[in-house]
Amino acid sequence: MAILSTPRSAVQLASKGRPLKEHLFRVALMASLAIALLFLAMLLVYVVEEGWPRLDSMLWENQPSIRRPETSGVRSGIFGTLWIIGLTALMALPTGILAAIYLEEYADRTKWYNKLIELNISNLAAVPSIVYGILGLGIIARWMQFGFTVMTGAVTISLLVLPIVIISAREAIRAVPPSIREGSLALGATQWQTIYRQVLPASIPGIATGSILALSRAIGEAAPFLMLGAATLVRFNPEGVWSSFTVLPLQIYSFISRPQEEFAVLAAAAIVILLAILLLMNSVAIWLRNRYQKRW
Amino acid sequence: MSAQPRTTVPGAPASLARSRPRYGESIIKVILLAAAMVSVATTIGIVIALLEPTIEFFGSVSFGEFFGSTDWGPLFNPPAFGVWPLIVATVEITLIAVLVAVPLGLASAIYLSEYASHRTRKIFKPVLEVLAGVPTVVFGFFALTFVTPLMKDLFPFLELDGKNALAAGLLVGVMIIPIVASLSEDAMAAVPNGLREGSYALGASKMLTSVRVVVPAAFSGIVAAVILAISRAAGETMIVAIAGGFKSVFTLYPGDEMSTMAAFIAQAGSGDASVGSIAYKTIFAVGSLLFVITFAMNYLSARMVQKYREVYD
Repeated sequence: MAILSTPRSAVQLASKGRPLKEHLFRVALMASLAIALLFLAMLLVYVVEEGWPRLDSMLWENQPSIRRPETSGVRSGIFGTLWIIGLTALMALPTGILAAIYLEEYADRTKWYNKLIELNISNLAAVPSIVYGILGLGIIARWMQFGFTVMTGAVTISLLVLPIVIISAREAIRAVPPSIREGSLALGATQWQTIYRQVLPASIPGIATGSILALSRAIGEAAPFLMLGAATLVRFNPEGVWSSFTVLPLQIYSFISRPQEEFAVLAAAAIVILLAILLLMNSVAIWLRNRYQKRW
Repeated sequence: MSAQPRTTVPGAPASLARSRPRYGESIIKVILLAAAMVSVATTIGIVIALLEPTIEFFGSVSFGEFFGSTDWGPLFNPPAFGVWPLIVATVEITLIAVLVAVPLGLASAIYLSEYASHRTRKIFKPVLEVLAGVPTVVFGFFALTFVTPLMKDLFPFLELDGKNALAAGLLVGVMIIPIVASLSEDAMAAVPNGLREGSYALGASKMLTSVRVVVPAAFSGIVAAVILAISRAAGETMIVAIAGGFKSVFTLYPGDEMSTMAAFIAQAGSGDASVGSIAYKTIFAVGSLLFVITFAMNYLSARMVQKYREVYD
């Protein structure tokens, strides 16, 4: 750090005394961040390099095959994932956003049942995903007799991402300043009119960003599906919500579990597809946030 | 703003009072409350799904055998139900993950919060979020096919198994770095500038201010972040199932293949046990144990925040 330059802040004044130690500390901090990012970079490079020979159209045109890894595709997994995500969006997003509106706009925080809901949501957000798999297996697949179907998978994943949707939607709603609500109420709008016409439009970008991130979590999830019988080889696309299915991450898992080298290449190629979908969704989320985020 | 009637202010014109009840508004509130109750129903569902088979399990296997033995093999003949190998493997992999994630995550958080310029922070925080969004099967694949062979080449004296706790723990650690970094950074960003300025005014350097003022002030948030990361690591399934393996032999050496609680659930749940059998019920018993452990850690995390939170205005 240049000592002779005009000190602009207290920071530079302070660091005069022990420059070397200060400098080393700063370098150590930067190195830590760099190591974390290096892992990400290595992972991406490795997966693309490993999967490169199989990144062809057979990957999304062909169904998976145990016997011919060199021409096997992941079509049923791609379609299964799309079905699950579509249904999850239909179920988890409305429920989560409505719950968030309740908690932010209506709930009286001193009431015991509202405290219970709050506690519940923060706890559920940290329950391991494999435990949601047990919920899906024990309650949804067996007790409700939904079986090992697309519907069971979608309901299970909806419950898994619900806390994430609620938490992010609440943050977006909370960011709308109270003066907007007060202005609307003062003009004679009812509470619901205020929420529907003022609060929600103002918080939609934040809600959309959080929802996309929650859905991208759902796309990458594999553990719950292991419990829901989606691990077996499925060679057809789902025909409806009561059809059996598999998802892309689980197909990748079953490829990894096989000893032949061709399956490792196939797994890497499928991972590239999975990461491409996720990267696209994340970019949209970040773009939404930067484009529409309002500062009050 | 709730639907309760307001106390009338003396002298206020009566015409301001509501003329008729608004049923639509009340119906909407009920619908919203119902949506919020789904989360409560989920918890009840999880508890029911776990409890019944777990009680049946302990009807045929004694508590003493489950918690008092180190022989595990519910899928073997004759079966053995001593859960310690799973617990040891879970603790060991979690410990490796924490040793990786806490220093790296905390240092990244201090850098982003205290040292980085606004622009740098704006670039690197989303990148860390991308790291958080990488599916765990991908980490597992990377651990199994890249990290393990690499470590075998570099450190042959470790005598690593093809699947081992070390590589799995390492990648679980990488997976939880964003949780530690992001939540700790939030906690540090919430420390008011007055504290930093006070510290500088007393002659402290930037490093001293970060380590002795900002980190202690944000301590409750940092601890909560670490506990949350630990519970995520303990429940992580795909990385350990792929790179850690399923062998449930009682071992402490991290170079060995070992099965965590979550990995066992994944293995037995994906079709190795027939419904209603004792092996099938074991899934739920182990699931209950995992649920109780993560639940206790979340509770601890919430309490830490409540108890040690420094409130600044």
